[in-house]
Amino acid sequence: MAATFQSLGASSSLSTPNSFDSKLFHVPRPKSLAERKGGSLFVRSDLFPDNGSKLKVGRAGNLAVNAVATKGHSSSTASKPGHEVLLFEALREGLDEEMQRDPCVCVIGEDVGHYGGSYKVTKGLATKYGDLRVLDTPIAENSFTGMGIGAAMTGLRPVIEGMNMGFLLLAFNQISNNCGMLHYTSGGQFTIPVVIRGPGGVGRQLGAEHSQRLESYFQSIPGIQMVACSTPYNAKGLMKAAIRSENPVILFEHVLLYNLKERIPDEEYVVSLEEAEMVRPGEHITILTYSRMRYHVMQAAKTLVNKGYDPEVIDIRSLKPFDLFTIGNSVKKTHRVLIVEECMRTGGIGASLTAAINENFHDYLDAPIVCLSSQDVPTPYAGTLEDWTVVQPAQIVTAVEQLCR
Amino acid sequence: MAALAKSRTLIYNLNSKLGSLGMLNRLTRRHFPSLTPQILASSDFHYNNSPNLFVSRHFESTKAQTHPGSLHGDDDQLLDFPGGKVGITSQMRFISETNDWRVPCYRVLDDDGQPIGEFVEVDEETALKMYTNMVTLQVMDTLFYEAQRQGRISFYVTTIGEEAINIASAAALSMDDIIFPQYREAGVLLWRGFTLQEFANQCFSNEADYGKGRQMPVHYGSRKLNYITIASTVATQLPHAVGAAYSLKMDKKDACVITYFGDGGTSTGDFHAAVNFAAVMETPVIFFCRNNGWAISTPISDQLRSDGVVVRGQGYGIQSIRVDGNDALAIYNAVGAARKMAILEERPILIEAMTYRVGHHTTSDDSTRYRPVAEIEWWRNSRDPITKFRKWIEGNRWWNDEEESQLRISTRNNVLEAIQAAEKLKKPPVAELFTDVYDVLPPNLLEQRKSLMETLKKHPEEYPQDFPL
Repeated sequence: MAATFQSLGASSSLSTPNSFDSKLFHVPRPKSLAERKGGSLFVRSDLFPDNGSKLKVGRAGNLAVNAVATKGHSSSTASKPGHEVLLFEALREGLDEEMQRDPCVCVIGEDVGHYGGSYKVTKGLATKYGDLRVLDTPIAENSFTGMGIGAAMTGLRPVIEGMNMGFLLLAFNQISNNCGMLHYTSGGQFTIPVVIRGPGGVGRQLGAEHSQRLESYFQSIPGIQMVACSTPYNAKGLMKAAIRSENPVILFEHVLLYNLKERIPDEEYVVSLEEAEMVRPGEHITILTYSRMRYHVMQAAKTLVNKGYDPEVIDIRSLKPFDLFTIGNSVKKTHRVLIVEECMRTGGIGASLTAAINENFHDYLDAPIVCLSSQDVPTPYAGTLEDWTVVQPAQIVTAVEQLCR
Repeated sequence: MAALAKSRTLIYNLNSKLGSLGMLNRLTRRHFPSLTPQILASSDFHYNNSPNLFVSRHFESTKAQTHPGSLHGDDDQLLDFPGGKVGITSQMRFISETNDWRVPCYRVLDDDGQPIGEFVEVDEETALKMYTNMVTLQVMDTLFYEAQRQGRISFYVTTIGEEAINIASAAALSMDDIIFPQYREAGVLLWRGFTLQEFANQCFSNEADYGKGRQMPVHYGSRKLNYITIASTVATQLPHAVGAAYSLKMDKKDACVITYFGDGGTSTGDFHAAVNFAAVMETPVIFFCRNNGWAISTPISDQLRSDGVVVRGQGYGIQSIRVDGNDALAIYNAVGAARKMAILEERPILIEAMTYRVGHHTTSDDSTRYRPVAEIEWWRNSRDPITKFRKWIEGNRWWNDEEESQLRISTRNNVLEAIQAAEKLKKPPVAELFTDVYDVLPPNLLEQRKSLMETLKKHPEEYPQDFPL
């Protein structure tokens, strides 16, 4: 365990910014991560190299930190004990546990209180914790986001819910100019440990305004972290990690994934905010994806396996910063990259990821990176049209076949 | 009736089994002893079958003016609507856009520094501290402004004409009260103990600046003095203030939040939303509007059409007051009273201080281009808040000319010394460019820092030699 992450430490002290020493990345992942046998999951994770006295090593502390899903099915756990939950229930569990653990954690948003949230993520929390900790707000995203920022600067740990991620565009000023900036401009005097979360992505005929993919717009803001959950397991883990983080974290959920069912562990666990998830190891091609597209990719993977391909599927999960360690390992192994995302072609996560991989791993690529994204159009309402703005498994299969020729 | 336990006390101490009825009764007795919980009287309450509408205490405390018996409808018939009962009138009358007369402003001292009417006494020590701080603020502003004109700092914002607002409002607060300033409130920080040197360090962005050189001059911030770092965005601090007040309310602290903004700031969406939120959530926050008549070059007549800002308070359901912003004692009294109300009654208060922006908007502005010099000079000379207060303390024989000149000379020297010292200090090292973006440097910033350091080493002749790395 320690060996893997110390090598990461060595890699960052290289003299040029765009070369990772290749031999460092052949350290195999310890089995302890991949095989969870229930019981205690306490794995110390030294995510960042010890680079001078300023950095804190072992950010996760003594918590259970588990970045990697088990081998086999993409979304099931190896341990038989545990309980089955739907994704929105997993989010609620994570929120509930954190609110129990720390009385400073509170939820702010529209209809989160007695109504339980538009997607039932906060259902029952108002009754349990009172309406002061699960606060219903008037309709002003800029205001309640700003309120969360002010509360965070003075000691609370708010979880700000945008009813739909698209509505947070109204809060862009607060998120960019204040949330991301005030820790920096105050010289470190004020921290802003908020979590901003909500469902986004293309749903089922919700119309263009309710099908926004805000990760594209937010990715440039310095000072914030962005993560996207895709399974009940990582949803709960990311929610807990985001609440515990001292940085502002934006947690992207997807409207269509809330009813996913999975068996998750009974014992407490937290998932790393900066690590990608190995969904399916493979040899021929690296497919990078996140959120709902993970499922389209896995569906395509079934077809691909039948056709004799062996794709490696990685759910990047951490949208800002990218987990270039995991991604780099994979690229060095397969030499081909396909990015499948729901963002629009221009300025999306895929665009940035393509640039990052090209910059860092150019020598390892046998083919240009292919990025499958949605078109640069507002999402239409008609079902058939909407389906074709989203990348479909058939397109993924075709792209892999072309790349692997 | 919906069976929700709405809690206003510390949540982790709350017995969650306490029903909403019990909580409401407790609240009602605490705040409005004469008001009976009318909503719960089932004969009046029509909504107990509706699953979505539930009893709200917010309802109770903001409904103070609307006893069903005192409606102005033609007959005594009442109509039920979501939000309460309303009377009926058969006359179609539009409410006038303005009252017949403007809301008067509360004043304690007349132009000769003589008290008119009653006010809370201020003892000599406090009065002198207020006065000396106002003078220090004025001297500091003058000298920093000159320093900017000399090219020693790049930018400055003066508070000329608003010294009373700055110092008197700060004097009425306690150190536990949290300040969310806009940018013309350096005096509040001065009152709390920020030294001239600390001001100079921030303006010169040197290594001793608490902001580590990351913000423009006058964007002060001090955690230990409970003064939140200033951001350049207009009125974004208003929702922050509401959030902080909400945090104080949850902790049941004996403290409130005060946030400052100008007349221009009241046009923003953030003002509307923050004031509305504060009212709905009953948070202990004082909204202090410095109505100085100008938003850069936009006069108040182009900014709003209401009778200033004070009348908006009622529009949101909060109590408001208009004060003479050049009268230190009036501000001191009003803020003191507002603070008590905000904390004890858990409510927001809106204070509009009428004044005049004697200086330019900032050093990047020349206000003589859009307003007559004569107007500026008249306000500077005839309505100066410092002069008015000085008349009062001299009237009490607490001050004299000799002390005045001593104060001004020594303050001037202190400010000059601070400027000179700040100028000599080194700037923050380049490595600080990357810290505090996050709590720990992530890989991309480590990479970028490496890259920058290498560039600096490779091409030292392209960069200033005296910059520490």
